[in-house]
This record gives sequence, structure tokens and C-alpha cells, in this order.
Amino acid sequence: MAASESMTRSVAGEAARSRAAEFLLRRHYLRWPEALPWLIAVGCFFVFPDRMTFGSQLLIMIMFALSLDLILGYAGIVTLGHAAFFGLGAYTVALASIKLGWTEPISGVFFGGAVAGLVGIVVGWFILRYRGLTLLMLTIAFAAMLQEGGNIRSDFTGGYDGLPGLTFDPLLGHFQYDLYGHTNYWYALAALAVVFFVVRRIVYSPFGQALTGIRENVRRMHSIGSPVHRRLVTVYAISAAIAGMAGALFTQTNAYVTLTVFDFDASAKVMVMLILGGTGRLYGAFLGAAVYMIFEDKLSKMSPTFWQFGIGLLLVLAVMFARRGLLGVGDTIRRKLAGRRAP
Amino acid sequence: MQLGSRLGLTALALALGLGGAANAGTVKIGVVLPFSGANADLGHQMDKAFDLYVKLHTKDIAPNKVELVKRDEGPPTGAQAKTVGTELITNDKVQILTGFSFSPSAIALAPVVTQAKMPMLISNAGTAWITNLSPYIARLSFSMWSPAYPMGAYAYNKIGCKTTAVAYTDFPPGKDSTEAFETGYKKVGGKVTLSIPMGSPVQVPDFTPFFQRIKDAHPDCMYVFIPSGAHATGVMKAYGELGMRKAGIKLIGPMDLIPDNKLQDMGDAAIGTIVMGHYAVDLDNQQNKEFNEEWHKAYGPDSYPDFMSAAAWDTMHAIFDTVKKLNGDFSNGEKVIGALKGWSTVGPRGKVSIDPQTRDVIEDEHAMEVYRKPDGKLGERILETVPQVKDECKALKIGRCAS
Amino acid sequence: MSHAANIVISILFDGLAYAMFLFITSVGLSVTMGLMNFVNLAHGAFAMVGGYIVVSLTRSLGIDFVPALVIAAVLVGFISVPFERLLYRRLYKATDLEQVLLTIGLAFMAIATFTYFYGPIPKSVPLPHWLEGDINLGFRAFPSYRAFLIIVGAVLVTVLWYAFERTNIGARIRAAVDNRRMAESVGINVDRLFTLTFAVGSGLAALGGGFAIQLFGLTPYFAVLYLVLFLIVVATGGLGSLKGTLLAALVIGIIDTGGKYMFPQAGNFFVYLITVVVLLIKPAGFYGRE
Repeated sequence: MAASESMTRSVAGEAARSRAAEFLLRRHYLRWPEALPWLIAVGCFFVFPDRMTFGSQLLIMIMFALSLDLILGYAGIVTLGHAAFFGLGAYTVALASIKLGWTEPISGVFFGGAVAGLVGIVVGWFILRYRGLTLLMLTIAFAAMLQEGGNIRSDFTGGYDGLPGLTFDPLLGHFQYDLYGHTNYWYALAALAVVFFVVRRIVYSPFGQALTGIRENVRRMHSIGSPVHRRLVTVYAISAAIAGMAGALFTQTNAYVTLTVFDFDASAKVMVMLILGGTGRLYGAFLGAAVYMIFEDKLSKMSPTFWQFGIGLLLVLAVMFARRGLLGVGDTIRRKLAGRRAP
Repeated sequence: MQLGSRLGLTALALALGLGGAANAGTVKIGVVLPFSGANADLGHQMDKAFDLYVKLHTKDIAPNKVELVKRDEGPPTGAQAKTVGTELITNDKVQILTGFSFSPSAIALAPVVTQAKMPMLISNAGTAWITNLSPYIARLSFSMWSPAYPMGAYAYNKIGCKTTAVAYTDFPPGKDSTEAFETGYKKVGGKVTLSIPMGSPVQVPDFTPFFQRIKDAHPDCMYVFIPSGAHATGVMKAYGELGMRKAGIKLIGPMDLIPDNKLQDMGDAAIGTIVMGHYAVDLDNQQNKEFNEEWHKAYGPDSYPDFMSAAAWDTMHAIFDTVKKLNGDFSNGEKVIGALKGWSTVGPRGKVSIDPQTRDVIEDEHAMEVYRKPDGKLGERILETVPQVKDECKALKIGRCAS
Repeated sequence: MSHAANIVISILFDGLAYAMFLFITSVGLSVTMGLMNFVNLAHGAFAMVGGYIVVSLTRSLGIDFVPALVIAAVLVGFISVPFERLLYRRLYKATDLEQVLLTIGLAFMAIATFTYFYGPIPKSVPLPHWLEGDINLGFRAFPSYRAFLIIVGAVLVTVLWYAFERTNIGARIRAAVDNRRMAESVGINVDRLFTLTFAVGSGLAALGGGFAIQLFGLTPYFAVLYLVLFLIVVATGGLGSLKGTLLAALVIGIIDTGGKYMFPQAGNFFVYLITVVVLLIKPAGFYGRE
């Protein structure tokens, strides 16, 4: 009796272990629900062709939120100054088009991302030695200093009236920018797709694993000899580069940029969007940004005060009852449903 | 009657009804104003004026009508204005855009309105070179140069400001306004002894260190530009606390310095302030009296219109006149702008018109002094009027206005 | 008196007044963050509420400014208790991020509520005659309001210092900030202590908000506009430290005022520069605990 029991248990144990192993091995495979957000994005073009200006801005926000997810959700770095990199990318593209005549859009986006990423390396190297309130304040101060500095040199940056009337070459030498924002929408969507799959790759790689380790238990990571600081600076730089690319797209799709891209409000907003959707989930950025911006669009038409109260309430409720964000709520529901179906 | 014929009659009646409606034009007006955020009070001042004018004058354009489609301009980044403005054009299919509190909003939309051939009539945003950005942009509010440039000559000649210190909030309207003042002032021989930027427009700063420095420099006058609103009250308080009037330094500026709806709170410190502006609640003309009457009737005795409301009022008036002129047909943007060019009226601000050359506003600027009225309230009395001021930035082709 | 000396005195006086405002409003935030490790971004909202209470008391009920300040402080102190008990308490063990989000959410709700009731137009308060104008000390005149602010600040610093260093409760608070578990194990009721500290801190924020009306004008957005500034004072001063908050307030107040006097083109640059420099050298602030 005892022998067969222990045999059953060890067989069950082995099955469980191999299931766990399989899970880890297969985690990065594309699952069919992942196609959903992309199908929706493509579908929106046909269902809401008049709202593509809004659509492009939403996609850019998603990219921005995604960049934040890398450091916040995966590496656990809490920052309220990420608009600094968004702004750097935005201004790089604008100034490049004005001063250097660099009007090719796609390379412009990469240029903007590169500049932001380089600054990210330098800044990250200094400030990522710190945590908590100290780190938070340093990120806030950095973005603020960029904004103040930009205002001091407003002859260069255009100050709060910014740099208007920017022109960019047609996309791929062929697609003009139209009033309905159709070209911009596909441009932004393509850019988001590329960035997303790069980020996804990173997250499921051993590097991504190390990041999760750092987020969960940094002491242990140190003790196993993981080069924590180097990893953090690397992910911070990548995140900065992506934020910079989002900023570059912002400038291109608006043909205009002002110093308000560095606003503290912008950093706070993107964080709220991400938390709402759920951090560390990649798609949380999609859901959070979409929900936030769509609600803002609808509710603030009805009553802006209402909207502000509503978003505040949503945040409070989210923290009290839905700490993993909307995706977390989705998970809980799915589990409950699955639980009910189990024999 | 048989069902078939009933249906037939109904269909006929509907068709006639619809046909009838199609003959009268409904002009859709896209209104872009800040309805949320820290600048919401600016939006409300103009929104109230728009609504009031529409309510009182819809009968004047019958059988045509207007329909206001309102959208939130958002913060002064330009991005939200661009999105909502573009969507008003493509989605809501408006036929004219108006509103625009902030210059970045209008600047962001300039290429869009050119591409869409959409007329845009600005009721606030004041950066001088905005009207150069597109042939479809006209403005009825003001240019930063309108009050500031004539103030330069007036201050030197009539107030006795031989030396002036200049202080301004460090953003484009502040820089533009002081540049305009200095151009007019230096032209007649005035000396600017100090030029002090006073921080960003978002937070009201502690004005004391800036004003203390001015006090220590002993100029005859100080020209101050700040965004209308909380900053204005802060300026007046700092001016009073530091005893600057007692020290012999007169306070001058554009009318943003003494917004009508905050004047009463400013107390004695405001008395003696001289501003150059195109509107004051106390402006003594028939249209303004009626305007104020209607305003108080609609919004209560404690609510006052201000220069933004007056501009919005005139803006809606211009649109209504254009509706009448074109009989409700706004389908051709160029025709609409053509009708607006050279439009003029006598409104609460006196005679205003749209310069056919620059599509910018021409209006009277009044030098006004704050005094305490017999009923105890603070008011403004007109010292002198500079008639029909054009935007000098474009006339003199200074900086960005040259393009 | 010589021009240079005049400038120095101006900067010191104005800077001191500004520093007192920063201290009064931020000290509560510093102690609660140090004591309970709770990031309370709704602190600015308490200051804003205090300001509006003062506005209503003086304008609608005709109460004098100074009594209105006191009433507002006490009232907000009481109002903060249910927030702490019912809401904040549940998140003491939560992550920084969650606390940030909860309190930002509360701040937004507060802003929206007060915009609804008071409107977005900035408010001011009627001041008693003796606070308008200035005090002449012979060699120069000083604005009365700011002089009053400095005096109130100085009194509060003394009272708080005494309470912290010399009373039983102060000792208990210090012990709990130093080592919470230890304090609990020697029988200190940290929970009750925290409610008390939180109430006093919020009341002080309300007092600061009341003073701010005259300095900066009051709109519902006050809750977040100056929040970054309060956080800077708290971070550079060191969490949970009275001395640190005072020192940070003085440094920032005086250097910012001096900077605005001498280099106005730099705007707020100096404040952020100080923040970065201090934090890079002493990450826990002047008197913070590592």
C-alpha cells in the first residue's frame, strides 16, 4: 500500500515538475490571445476611420507606457520623470529637422531613440544606485531641470510656444500625411509592433529573468553575483530609448513640439495608465492607456470635473481591490471561472 | 384612409419637412476651449459669452441656425487641441473653428486648417505671428503687441516713466508683451533699466524677490506681464506688501494685470495702477452697458465679463454676421474668410474690425487707471484712448512676424 | 544702508518667510513618512482643504484671519483621522507604488470635489489691517504678513522641538521612527501614535495652506502644484527628522529666493539642482536614516 502510494506521489511529483519546466520553456511562445490587441488596432481603422488622429496618439501613449513597464513592472524602478526621455526624443527629431534638415521620419525616430537612450545610460549610471524616495526625487528633478533648461534656452527650443510647422518627408518616400491621420496611424502601429516584439523578446530572455530577480529580491541577486547595477542601467537605457522613440513619433505626428513634453503631469499620467492596466504584463500598457485615454475622451466631454473625480476614484479602488490592475482583475475572473469548471 | 396612402403621405410630409430643413443652413461651429484643468476658468469666461450671444441672437439669423460643438482644449501643450480640432473637422464636420485660449493650440492646428481649408477665428490666443501661419486663420481677440506697444509711448509721454523696469512670466506671451512694450518705449526715448523673467506660468511664484530687486533699483515705473488669473492677484499683493507705490514706483502693464473678475479682491494696492487694454467692465459705451446687463441677468450680480468674454462676444457676432452674409452656406472656407476680412462692428470694446491684410484684429486701446468708485468698488477710468491699433509686430516685421 | 547689505537682508528675510511656509506645510509629511514609511501624496490636498476652510470661514462667516487659521488646522486634523484609520492603515504594508497611487487618487478626488464646490477661479482672503502693509524697524521696513509668518514658524519650530525632544510622546515617536519593532516590543502603541502624528501633520499642512493663500493664491490645483516642492523638502531633509525638514526648508527657501533675486532667468532650476546635489551626496537627506 505504502509503496504504491509513494509511487503515485512521485509520479505525480514528476508530472508536476515537468509541467513547471514546460511552462518555463514555452512561456515565450506566442499564444493566440496575443493577436487580439493587434486585431483590434487594425479593426479600429475600419470601424472608426474618423478618429485616427486620436488613435495615433493612443498608440504613441501605449509605446510610452510600454517603455515604463520595462523598468517599473519588470525591474521595479519607480520613476516619476520618464517624460524626460519622451521629451528628449521629441526635441531631437524636431531640432534635427530644423537644424540638420533631417526630415526622413523613420531614421529620425531611431535618432531620437538613440539620443534618449544615451542620456539614459549616463543618467541611469548615476541615479540607479539609489532607491525609494531618493530615486523618485532624482527622476523628478532630472525631468524638471530639462524643462527649465529648455526654457532658459528658449531661443533654441521655442519655449512653451515650441517649434511649429515641422515638416517631414512622406513615409517610405511615398505615403503622404493626410488630414484624417491615416498614414500616421499605420506608421504608429507599425512602430509599436516592432518595439513591442523587441520588448517581448527582452522580457522572456535570461536578461529579463534577471530583471525580475532584481525586482523581487535584489539582495539575493547581489549574492549570486548578478551584476545588478549594470543590468539596471541597461534596462533603463533601453526604456529611455523606447520612450524617446515614442516622443519622436509624437513630434512627427503632430508636426509640433513644445516644452510641455517634459511636464511632471505627463510622467504621472503614463504611470497611472500603466498601473491601471497592470504592470509587468506587457499588455497592461495597452489596456491601461486605452482605457484611460478613451475614458478621458468620453468623460471629459460630459464634465471635466467628473472625469477627474472618476479617475481618482478609479485609482483608489484599483489599489484597494485590484492591485494587479485590470489585467489582474481579468486573471482573477478567469481563475474563478476555471475553478468552477474543474471536476 | 388606406395604410398605403397613409404611409405615402407620411413619407411625403417627411420629405417636405426634411427638404424644408435643408433650405435653412445650420452652421456647425467647433468651439475649442479649456474646460478642464487649472485653466478652466479662462474657458468658462469665453464659453459663457458664446452661449449668451447665441441665446440672444439666434432669432437674428433665422431661418439659419448655428450649432456649437464644444471640445476641451486641454493643457497648453497643443497636442490635445490638435487632436480635438482635427476631429472636429473630420469627425464632427464643423464648418468653422473658434475659441483657442492658448497660442500653442492655434499654432498646432495651423497646418491642419490650411489643409482642410477650414476657417479659424481665434477668440483669445495672442501670439502675434499666429495669423501668419495660415490664410484661414483670423483673430478677433488681440495680439500681445496690441496693448503693449502703445503703452510704451504712453508711459514715457503721459505717465512720466523716464526709466522702467520690466518683469514678466517666463513664457512666450510674457516675452512678446515685454518686447512689444520695449520697442514702443525705447522708440520715444525711454530707458529700460531691468528685465526680470519671473518663472514659469504654471505655478504662481513668490513675487517678492523679483519685486524687491526692482524696488532696490528705483525705476520710475515697472511694466509687468503675467498670465491673467492667480498671478495677477499675487503681483498686486507683492506690490502692496513691499510698499512700492510709496517708494515711487508706478505699476503699469497690459490689462492682464487687473482681470475684471479679480479686481475687487485686490484692495487698495491696486489703486493707481495704469494699464493699457481693449476692454474694461466700466467702458462707457452703449454696447458694453447692454452686454453687462445681459451678463448679470444670465449669470448673476457677482459674475463679471472680462476682456476674454468681450472678445468671445464679438467673435460670435462676426460669425453670425457671416452666416447672414453667406445665408448659412459655410461650405467654402475661402468665402468665409473673405467675408470675415474687413468685417467690423461696434461692440462692447468699441469699434473692432478684422484687418483684411493680416486677418488680425484692429481695436481701440485705452489707457485706464484703477480708482475707487463712489460706491466703494474698484473700477477703471479711461485716461486716454489710442484708436484703432493694428498689430505692430507684423507692421514692423519683427522677428517671427516677418514671415 | 549699503546696497549690498540691503540685498542680503532682503534675501534672508524673504527666504526665511518662504522657508517657514515650506517647513510648516512639509513637516507633517516628513514625520509620517519617516514614522510609518507611508508615501502620502495627498498631503498637498490637506493643505488645499485647509486653505479653502480659511477662505470660507473668513468670507462667509466673517471670522478673522488668525482664528480661522487655527480652526482650519484643528478641523483638518480631525478630518484626517478617519482617512488614516479607514484607508491608509490598510496600506502600511503595501508597496511604495500602491501608496503613491492611492494618495494621488485621493488628491484627484479632492481637487475635483473642491473645483465643483468652489470653482476653479483663484480665491483670496481678507486680511486684518495689522497684517497688511509693513513694519518699520528704523533701518528698513518689512512686510507685516511675512514677518508674521516667520514668527509663527519660529514658534512652531520651538513647540515642535520641545514636544519631540522633551516630552514623553516625543520620545515615543522618535523611538518608533528609529526602530518600530523595538518600540512596539517595549509596549509603545505605535498605531495610536501614528494617528496622532498624522493628525498633527495634516493640521499643520492645513495651516500652511491657509498661509499660502496670501502668498500664492488658492485654487484646487494647489494640492498638486506644490506637492513636488514639499517632497523635495522632505527628501532633502531626511524622513522623520524635524531638524532635517527645518534645515532643508531653510536651504531651499533662502537659495531659491536668492536665486530668483540674482538670476531670475534660471527659474526653478536652482531648487532642482539643490535636490540633485544633496541627494547624490546624502541620499537619505541631511538628517535621514540610511
